[in-house]
Amino acid sequence: MLSGRRHRSPRPQTGPVRPPTARRASMVAVQLLVLVLFAALTARMWYMQVPQAEHYRELALASHTQKLIQPAVRGRILDSSGRPLVTNRTELTVTADFHTLLNQDDDGAAVLRKVAKLVELPYEKLSGRVRLCGPETGRPCWQGSPYQPIPLAEDVDPRVALQIMERKSEFPGISAQQMAVREYPHDELAAQMLGYLQPITQEEFEAREDLRAEFSGVDRVGRGGVEAVYDERLRGDSGTRILSVSSQGDVSGVLKDAPSEPGMHLVTHIDTGVQQIVEDALESAVEGAQAQGKPTDSGAAVVLDVRTGGVVAMASRPTYNPEVWNGGIDAETYDRLLSEDAAEPLVSRALQGQFPPGSTFKPTTLAAAVESGSPLHGAYSCPGSIGLAGRSWQNFAGGGYGTIDLHKAIVVSCNTVFYKLGDEMYHDYKRNGAKQGGKDPVSAMAHGFGYGKPTGIDLPHESSGRVPDRAWKHEYWKDTREHSCKMAKKGYDDEEPAQAAYLERLAREHCLDGDRWRAGDAINRAIGQGDMLLTPLQLARAYAAIANGGTVYEPRVGRAFLSADGERVDEIEPVKAGELPMDDRTLKYIQRALTQVPKEGTAAGAFGGFPQGEVSVAGKTGTATMQNREDSAWFASYAPADDPQFAVVVLIPQAGTGGAAAAPVARKIYEGIYGFSATGGDEQDGGAPSGPALPSGAPPSKLPDVRADGSVDQLDDH
Amino acid sequence: MTTLPSPQPSPPTLAGRAGRFVATTAPRRLDWPMLLAVAALSGIGVLLVWSATYDPSDPDGALGYVERQVGHLAVGAVALLVVAAVDFRVSRAYAPFVYLAAVLGLALVLSPLGETINGSRSWLVVAGLQMQPGELAKLGLLLAVAVLLGEPRDGEFAPTSRDVLFSLLVLAAPLGLILAQPDLGTAMVLTGTYMGMLLLSGAPVRWVGGLVGCGLLAAFSVWWFGLLKDYQMERFTTFFNPSADPRGTGYNANQSMIAVGSGGLNGTGVLEGEHTRGRFVPEQHTDFIFTVAGEELGFVGGVAIIGLIAFVMWRILRTAGRSGDPYARLLCIGAATWLGFQSLINIGMTLGVAPITGIPLPFVSYGGTAAVANMAVLGLVLNVQARERGVH
Repeated sequence: MLSGRRHRSPRPQTGPVRPPTARRASMVAVQLLVLVLFAALTARMWYMQVPQAEHYRELALASHTQKLIQPAVRGRILDSSGRPLVTNRTELTVTADFHTLLNQDDDGAAVLRKVAKLVELPYEKLSGRVRLCGPETGRPCWQGSPYQPIPLAEDVDPRVALQIMERKSEFPGISAQQMAVREYPHDELAAQMLGYLQPITQEEFEAREDLRAEFSGVDRVGRGGVEAVYDERLRGDSGTRILSVSSQGDVSGVLKDAPSEPGMHLVTHIDTGVQQIVEDALESAVEGAQAQGKPTDSGAAVVLDVRTGGVVAMASRPTYNPEVWNGGIDAETYDRLLSEDAAEPLVSRALQGQFPPGSTFKPTTLAAAVESGSPLHGAYSCPGSIGLAGRSWQNFAGGGYGTIDLHKAIVVSCNTVFYKLGDEMYHDYKRNGAKQGGKDPVSAMAHGFGYGKPTGIDLPHESSGRVPDRAWKHEYWKDTREHSCKMAKKGYDDEEPAQAAYLERLAREHCLDGDRWRAGDAINRAIGQGDMLLTPLQLARAYAAIANGGTVYEPRVGRAFLSADGERVDEIEPVKAGELPMDDRTLKYIQRALTQVPKEGTAAGAFGGFPQGEVSVAGKTGTATMQNREDSAWFASYAPADDPQFAVVVLIPQAGTGGAAAAPVARKIYEGIYGFSATGGDEQDGGAPSGPALPSGAPPSKLPDVRADGSVDQLDDH
Repeated sequence: MTTLPSPQPSPPTLAGRAGRFVATTAPRRLDWPMLLAVAALSGIGVLLVWSATYDPSDPDGALGYVERQVGHLAVGAVALLVVAAVDFRVSRAYAPFVYLAAVLGLALVLSPLGETINGSRSWLVVAGLQMQPGELAKLGLLLAVAVLLGEPRDGEFAPTSRDVLFSLLVLAAPLGLILAQPDLGTAMVLTGTYMGMLLLSGAPVRWVGGLVGCGLLAAFSVWWFGLLKDYQMERFTTFFNPSADPRGTGYNANQSMIAVGSGGLNGTGVLEGEHTRGRFVPEQHTDFIFTVAGEELGFVGGVAIIGLIAFVMWRILRTAGRSGDPYARLLCIGAATWLGFQSLINIGMTLGVAPITGIPLPFVSYGGTAAVANMAVLGLVLNVQARERGVH
C-alpha cells in the first residue's frame, strides 16, 4: 500500500522548491526550540529544588509523618480527706468521623443504618448526633468540632465494638474506642460546685491558643464548677507520638514519643460528710415548706471554714446528677435542665441567687452607725412603729421593746432602732458627707463586708449582688427612665384599675425624679430590704469575717493540686480580700450580740435543746419581704462562738421567717458536723444515726497523699 | 573458521550483516558520543529503578526489577545494532510491515488478549510476556510517515497535498485505536511526532497551518462534547490547579512535586529519599521515575539527565541537518520529535508544568517495549549517520 506509490507516473512540479539554506535555517530553529524548552525545564527544576526546597521539604515531612495524640487522663476531684468526688472510668464508645461520613455518596446514611442496627438504637438518633450544631440546626446536634470523633453510642458491648473494628471496610468512618468518662460516685452531691464536661465547641476551639493548632486530644472541656475553673490543670498535657509512615499508612518507625502528662488531682475543701448533711437538710427543708403549702421551690446553704475561706460544703436545691452529661446529653434532658418548671437545677442559688438579706444585714447597719458616731453603749428606743420621712414604719409583728441597747436590738431584731439609725445617717450624710463625694456610711460598710461585688470564689458565673446607694440609683434611673416615662404615658391597661393607677403613679414618679436617693430608700436599706441584694455566699463570707476577727476571705473550693505520681503538691493559699472596716470593740460587741440570738433571740426556738454548752452557735435570722411573694428565710451563723471554725448560711426562699424556716436547717447542719442528736446532747447519749462528720470539729489540716501506684491514701476517718 | 570465497556471493543474511557492521563499520562510523550518552541514561535509569522498587524487607525484589530492566536494555541494544546495520534504504522496505504489525497489535489489545493496567487497556500478554503495542506504534508511525512524506519523486522536492492526506490516514488508524484504550499520553506523543515531521517535511504551508488549526478545533470539540473520560479531563484541570483536589487527581501532581522539590540541590542520595521510600508517588519506577532522580540525586542529578537527553536530541537533529536524503532526514526528525516531546512532557509533569499522562521517560523508565522501541529508533538514526559519513 505504501510502497505502491513508487510506481506512479511523474508529475510536474507544483510546490515551491525549498532551497537548502531554508532547510538548514529550519533545522537551526528546531535545535534552538529544543534548547529553549530543555532550558525552561531546567529553570523550573532549579526554582523548585533551590529557592523552594525548604517549602517542599516541609510538605514532604508533613506527608510522611503522622502525629498521634494521646489524651491525658484527667485528674480526679477529691474532698478534703481524699475521698473521691469525681473520678474516671473508661467505656467502649462507638464514634464517627464527620468528614469521612460526609464524603460518602449518601452522607453516610447507609453506614449509620448499619451501626444503628448493631448498637440497637434508632437510626434517627444516630443521624441527629452527627449533625453539626448551627443557627439553623436544632438539637439534637453535635456541638463539638467536626475534627474530633463524634460519639454515636456509649458503653457498648465489647462484642459490638469488636465487630466494628474487625470489619472496618464495611464501616467507613466508624470506629470504637475506649473513652474516658467522668464518674460521680455520689451522684448529685455538690453537682453545681463540681461542674461537668462537654465537647469543646468550634468557637472555644478557635479561641484557645493552645488548642487551635490542631486536634490536641482535648475533646471535652470543663463547663461550670471547678471542672471549668481548673480545667487546664485537671486536663494535663496530651502526649504526641510522631510516626514515620508510607503512603499506605504502614508505620516504619517512631520519630518522637512524648508521653502524656496526666492531669493533677484537685483536693477541695469540701467534706463529703458535711456536704451530704447539708444536701439532706436542705432537701427536707424544701420538702417541709412545700408540705406546709408554701411556694418554695429552691434552697441554698453554704458552710465556710472561717479561718481560710475554704468551702466545706455548698448546696443548692434543686439539683441534678451530672452523669446526664456523659456521652452527649439528649435533647429532653437538656431542655429540662434549663427549664423554669424544673427550677433550673444547673443554677447554684448559693452563688448565683440574689435575695434581699433582711435582718442579717443589721450588723452592717450597726457597724456603720457606730463608725459614724452613734454611741455603741447608748440607749435606743424600740417602739412598735415610728414615723420617718413622712410615713409610719412598723416593727416586725408590730411589737415594741421600750428603751434597749444595740445588743438587744440585734438579739430581738428590732426594726425601728435600725430605721431610726438609717434615717439619721441619711440626713447626716446629706448635710455633711455628700458634698465630699464619698460613699454614705452604710454603703461603705456594706462594701467593706464584701457585698455588692463577686466574692472571687473559684467558681464561674457568680452574681455580684447589689448595694443600693445614691450612685447606683442614678445609674439605674438612667437605664430605666425611658421605659418608665413611656409606661407613665401609656398606662397599665392590662392591670386592674387600682393596681394600674398605682403602677402608673410609680412610673411617673420614677420617670420624673427616679434618680433621687430618698430617705425611704436609706431606711429600707438599714434592715436589708428594698433594693439590697446578696448571694448566700456573700453573706457566709461576711459572717465568717465577723467570726474570725474581721478578715474577709475570697472563698475557695480548691485546696491543693496533687500530681498523679504524688510528687508535686501545689497548695492553693487562702486569699484575703479585705478587712471589716470597723473598730475591734464594735466587732466584739456584734459577736456577743450574735451569740445570744440562738439562745434568747429570734433563733432561740429553732435552737431549743441544742447543746450550746458544748458548741455555742452565734447567728442572725433574716426575713426578706418582697412584693407579691412569700417571705424568704435566712439564717447566717458561725460556731463555735468562742473559737469560731465554721460559718453556716441557709436560705430558703418563700418559706417564711428566718427563725422558723432557715435556722432549723442550720441547726441540723451543726448537729451533723459535731455529731449531736436532734434531741440535744451529743451522739453518745442522744444516739444520732451517724457519728460526727468532723469529729475534731475542724477540717483536716493534712492533705491526702497519692501513693506510688497512683491511688489516693485517704486520711483516717477522723 | 574461514569461509571460502564464492564466485557469486549470495546476498548476506541479516545476522551476517549485523556481525560485519559490529566488526568493521561500527568502530569507525558510529556516533559514539551519542551512544555513550544513551548508555549513561540507561545506567542512571537502572540505578533509579533499583531505588524506586527497593524494599528493605525484601531487598531481592528490587534486584528482580533491575535484572529485568537490564534484560530489556540488552534486547534493546541488540535491536539497535541490527537496525543500525541495515541500510535505511533497505529497512525502508520493512516500514509497511512494522506499521501494520503495530496496528494489528493495537487492535489485539482491545480483544480479550489485552490486559487493563491502571485504567488503560494498553497491554498485550503473549506467552507470559507483557508488551505495549503503543510503543511499537510510535516506531511504525515514524517509519510510515517518513516513507510517505520523505519519498523523493521525480521533479518533486516536497510532499504534495495528496501525500499529506494519505499520511493523515496513516496517523488516524493507530491514533484511533490508542484513544480507544484509552492512552492519552501515547496519543499525544503520536500526534506530536506526526506534527513535527509534517512541519519539517516541506509540506505545503496551508496544510501545516490547517492541521494545527484542526488540532486546536479537535481539542476544543473534545472538551465541548465531553469526549474525554472524567479522569482524563481532571488530569488537565488539575494541571492548571493541582491543589483543587489534593486527595484525588491532584495527588500525583502534588506528590511528585514534593518529591522533586524536597531533593534540593544535591539530593538525599540513592536509597535515602524518604518520599521514595514511602512510595508516595505512584508508578515511581516507570512514568514517574524522574521524581526519584529529583529527590535522591537532586538538582545536580536532574540536570545531568536533562542534559544527556538534550545532548542526544542535538546529535539526532545534527544528523538530520546533514542528511541530503529527505526520507533519512524525516526519520531523524521523527526520532527527535518523538523522544524530545516525550521527555519534555514526562519531566514537565513531575515538575508541575505539564499534564499528568502515562508516558515513560525514554531510556530511563522501567519497561521492555519502550526500551526496545527507543533503541530501535536510535539504530535508524545511527544508520543514517553512518551512511551520510560513508557518502562523504
